[in-house]
Amino acid sequence: MKPAAFDYFAPESLTEALTLLRDVEGAKVLAGGQSLVPAMNFRLTRPGALVDINRVPGLDSITIDGDEAQIGALTRHRAFEQPVVPGPLGRLMVDMAHHVGHLPIRVRGTFGGSLAHADPAAEWCLLARTLDATMIVRGADQERRIPASEFFSTMFTTALEDDELLTEVRLPLVGDGHLVGFSEFSRRVGDFALVMIAVVVEVRDGTVTEARIGAGGVSDIPLRLSSAEAALQGGTWDSALWAGAGEAGRAEVEPFEDIHGSTEYRRDLVGALIQRACRQATG
Amino acid sequence: MSLVGASIRRLEDPDLLTGRKRFIADLAAGCDAVAFVRSPVAAARIVGMERPNGASVFTANDLSGVGSIEPILYRPDYFRARQPLLALDRVNYLGEPIAAVIAPTRREAEDVADAVFVDLELVEPVVHSSGALTDHSPIVHQGAESNVVVSGVIDTGNVDVVSVSAVEQVELDLTCHRQSASPIETRGAVARYDMEAAKVTLYASTQMPHVLRTAICDLLNMQEADLRVVAPAVGGAFGQKMCLPAEYAVIVWLSRHLRRSLAWIEDRRENFTSSFHSRDHRYWIRGSFDGDARLVALEGDLVANVGAYSCYPVTWGVEPLMAMAELPGPYDFQSYRVRARGVSTNTCPMSPYRGVSRPVLTLAMERMMDIAAERFGLDPVEIRRRNLITQFPYRSTTGIVYDEGSYVASLEKAAEVVDFDSFRRRQAEARDDGRFLGIGFSVFSERTGYGTPAFAPRNMAVTPGYETVEMAMDPSGGVEVRIGASPHGQGLVTTLSQVVADELGLPLKSIRIVHGDTDRSPYGWGTFASRSMVISGGATKLAAGRLRDAIAAVAGDILEAAPEDIRLAEGRAVVRGTDRGVEISELARHAYHHTPKLASDREPGLRANASYDPAGTFSNACHVAIVEVDIETGGVRLDRFVVVEDAGLLINPVIVDGQIAGGVVQGIANALYEEVVYDEAGNILTTTLFDYLPPTASEIPPIEIHHLETITDASVTGAKGLGEGGTIGAPAAVINAVSDALRPLGVQVMEMPATPDRIRRLIREAIKETA
Repeated sequence: MKPAAFDYFAPESLTEALTLLRDVEGAKVLAGGQSLVPAMNFRLTRPGALVDINRVPGLDSITIDGDEAQIGALTRHRAFEQPVVPGPLGRLMVDMAHHVGHLPIRVRGTFGGSLAHADPAAEWCLLARTLDATMIVRGADQERRIPASEFFSTMFTTALEDDELLTEVRLPLVGDGHLVGFSEFSRRVGDFALVMIAVVVEVRDGTVTEARIGAGGVSDIPLRLSSAEAALQGGTWDSALWAGAGEAGRAEVEPFEDIHGSTEYRRDLVGALIQRACRQATG
Repeated sequence: MSLVGASIRRLEDPDLLTGRKRFIADLAAGCDAVAFVRSPVAAARIVGMERPNGASVFTANDLSGVGSIEPILYRPDYFRARQPLLALDRVNYLGEPIAAVIAPTRREAEDVADAVFVDLELVEPVVHSSGALTDHSPIVHQGAESNVVVSGVIDTGNVDVVSVSAVEQVELDLTCHRQSASPIETRGAVARYDMEAAKVTLYASTQMPHVLRTAICDLLNMQEADLRVVAPAVGGAFGQKMCLPAEYAVIVWLSRHLRRSLAWIEDRRENFTSSFHSRDHRYWIRGSFDGDARLVALEGDLVANVGAYSCYPVTWGVEPLMAMAELPGPYDFQSYRVRARGVSTNTCPMSPYRGVSRPVLTLAMERMMDIAAERFGLDPVEIRRRNLITQFPYRSTTGIVYDEGSYVASLEKAAEVVDFDSFRRRQAEARDDGRFLGIGFSVFSERTGYGTPAFAPRNMAVTPGYETVEMAMDPSGGVEVRIGASPHGQGLVTTLSQVVADELGLPLKSIRIVHGDTDRSPYGWGTFASRSMVISGGATKLAAGRLRDAIAAVAGDILEAAPEDIRLAEGRAVVRGTDRGVEISELARHAYHHTPKLASDREPGLRANASYDPAGTFSNACHVAIVEVDIETGGVRLDRFVVVEDAGLLINPVIVDGQIAGGVVQGIANALYEEVVYDEAGNILTTTLFDYLPPTASEIPPIEIHHLETITDASVTGAKGLGEGGTIGAPAAVINAVSDALRPLGVQVMEMPATPDRIRRLIREAIKETA
C-alpha cells in the first residue's frame, strides 16, 4: 500500500497551477487528499503527477454575495461545523458537515475536493445537487460555469476536463421562511452514507409551495427525487404528506447494490429517510 | 498487604503510552524491504512467470531445501494438506504468496511486485461451505476424497429414544459469517543476520515465539540454536498471530541465504486478504425438551469453512472439533448426537480467533433457549435456571469435566442488575409508542487454562499445554522471572509481578518479567486460549514458592533459625515470633558472595524453576444486552450491556475488567458489524476499513461489569482464565436482544452479523407473511 512513483508540483498561484494542469501529462489535483491519497496507496489510481493547490492563495474564502454563498473550493469541511452561511442553509450545512467522515478527515478534506471527487454518497455533492449550485471552473485559458445538474456525470466522474480546476461553488441561499432537513443512515458513525436525504421546502399557511428533495448513496450521482417532490407540492405539511413523499421516493429510485445494502434495502431507506428529513425540517 | 487482588495500574502502560515500546515496524530501520507477489484469484494453475530484469525476485523454485507446512492431527478423518511456503504450481486462495521481492524500500518492492507477470490458468473455485459440500463441487486439494478435510461424530446412542418423549423440539439453522481478528498492528517480520554467529534473529509479531522457532527450523532444516525469535511489543493478535505464517519462514530463509537483514511489514490489504481469517460456521441443531422445559437431548450438524490450508500447530480441526466437544455449554443433559465437519475452500486459511467456535455455539444454544422459552411460555431467565448445571464437578455428555462455577447465580445476579421485570414494563410502554426494545441473555462456560491433558484427546502432532517459569534472585536482591508465555496486551507483566511479590514479600519494583525471546526465556507455548494467568501464573506461583524456600534456607543459616520459622515480608526475612530479621537483599549477597557462611550443603545462588500443566478450569458468565431496533432502517442501538463474570480469584480486577470489555466489543462486532465477504468467484470484497467494519467507540455502550468469585482448586493461583469470555458471550446476548425486540413481528434472527440490511429483509418477509 505505497503509491506508484509520481511527480509533485506545489504551485503558489492560480495561474501557475492552471498552467501545470494544462502542460503536465496525467496531472491530478491534490487538495485535502482524503480520497486521492488512499486511492493512490491502493494503486487504484496512478497519476503521473500531482499539482498540490494548498499553497494557492484565495481558494478558501467564504463570501456571501446577495442571495448566494460563494465557497472557495479549498475550504475545509470543518469550516462548516459552525453556521458560517446565514439562514437555514447555514444550519443545514452544520448538520451535514458533522456527517462528513471523522474529525481528521474534516480538518484536511475540502469542499471542492469532495465535489470534484463526486462520490455519490458525499454530503456536499448532495447539497450542490439539491440546491442547484453552480460550479466555477477554471482552465488556463477559460472559465466555465457548470450547473450541478450537468456537473456530475457518473460515479467519481464529473464534467471537469483534465486541465480544469474547480475553484468555487455558488450555493443559492435558502430564504428564512424555508424549512430544511437532512437525514442519513450509515453503518457506523463517520462512514459513508448508505442513503441520505436532504429536504428544502417552503411552506405557506401550512401548504407546501416549493419542495426540493435530494438523495445520495442511491444512484451513480446525487439525485433529485421529482416524484417525491411532486407528492409534497401543494400538500398540507404533515406526517401523512411526508409518508406519501416517502412512498413516492421509494418507488421512483432504482438503487445500486453493494455489500452494505441491497437495492431493496436502499429503497426502504429512501422511504424512511424522506419522512425523517421532513420531520427534522419541522424542528 | 497482599498485592494479589489489588487493582494495580499496569506496569506496561507508561512505556506504551509514551511511545517507548517498540513494535515490529519500529525495528525495520536499516533493513531491505520485502513485498510479496500474491495471487489475484482464488484458484488457478501457475503456467509461467516472468520477472523484470535485474530484480530480486524469489519463487518456490528458488527456496532450496525447504519443506511444506503440513500440520497433523492423528485422526483417520483428517486430511493432511501440504502448503508450500510460496505457491508452486497452483494457487488456492486470493492473496496466497507466489513470490518474494526484495528492494531497498517497500515502495520499490511493490513496483517490482507489480511488474512480475504470473501466467495463471483459472480453475473453478470453491468458496462457500454450502457449495463445497455438494456432489458436483470441485475438490480443493488433490488427493482428498471430498472437501471435508476433518470431521468428527459424538453419539451417546440414546438420542432417538429420549427424543420420542419430548413435548417440544426446537430446531434451528444458524450462520455466523467470516471474520478477521483485524488487530490494529498487522503482521510483520524483521530478520537480522548476524555474520559473526551465522545466526538469524527473527523479530516477529507473534503470540508464540518458541513454537514459531520450532516450526521455522523444521521447515528450513535448521538447528533451533541458529535462530532466535523475539516478539517485540505486539499491537493486538487475538489468535491471528498464534499460527505459523508462511511469510515469516520465507523471510528467515532469505535472510539466511542472502546473509542480509530484511523486513516485511504487512499492509492492511494484505492483512485482510492473506492473514488468517476466522468463524464462517453454519450449524443445524435440534433440542428436545420435556414437559418441564428441560433439555433432554441435543442433535447437531456443524459445518466450519476452514479455508485453503491447515494452520500450524492447531490445524484446521480446531474449530469444528471444539464446536462438537463444547456445544453443550453450561446445560445439563446426557443425550447428544453431533457431527462436525471442517470444509476446505479456496479462501484464506483460518486460525483460531478469540472465542474459537464458542461465540457461535453459544449463539446456537442461547437462541434455542429463548425460542424454547417462548414455546413454554417461560421467561428467558426461568428456562435457563431450569437447565443450567448446578452440581460440581460436572461431567458433560462429551466427557469434559467442569470444575465449580456459578452458572445460576450469575444469571440471577444479571437479571437483578438489569431489573428484568421493570424492563419488561418499559418495553411494553415503548411498543405502545412504536419503539422496539429488546433484552437478550447469554449464559456460557469458558474452558480456560488448557494444559496438555485437555489438548491430548485431539491427537495433535504438536500437543501444547504446559508452561515453565525460571526464576532467579540476583546479588542485588532483584528477581528475574523468565516465562514461556508471550503476553501482548494481557497485562501479564503486572499480574505475574503481583503473584511473585506476594510470595517473596518484595515490592513490585524488585521484579522483572522476561518474555518473548527464545534466547532469554524457557520453552513455552506463548499466550492464547485464555491460558496465561492460569498456567504461566501457576508455574510462576510454584517457582516463587520454591524460591521463597531457598531464601528462607539462607535466612535460616544466617539467623540461626529453622527455615520453616522464616517469614518473608516487606523486603525482610524475619524469624516468626521474634524481632530478629535481615533484609532479603542482604541474604542475596550471602547466597552469592559469602557462601562459606552458609550451611555446607547449601547450593550457591538463589534460583528456582517450575512447570505447571493443569487439566483446565471453567470460568462462567452471564451477559445481558438491551437494544433498540429501528424497524424502518434495521439499525440496532445498544442501550446497555451488563456482564456478570466469574473468573475465580481476581489477581488484578482492573486488568480483568479491561479483558472483559475488549472481548465484549469484539463480540458486539461479531453480532452486528464485522464480516469478510467473498463473491462467488472467490474475490474478497472487504479489503479496507471502509468495508470491513470494526465498531468504534460511538457504537459501543458503557459495559457494566460485576464479579462473582468461585475459588477453584483446579488452578494453583485460584484464578480462572477469562481472555475470551467477552467475545464468547456477547454475540448471543445481542442477537437474542434483537430477536426479542422484533418478537411482535415474529422475527427470529439466525444469522450474524445482523446487519441493517439483513434485519430489514427479515422484517419485510415477516410483514409479507402476516399480510
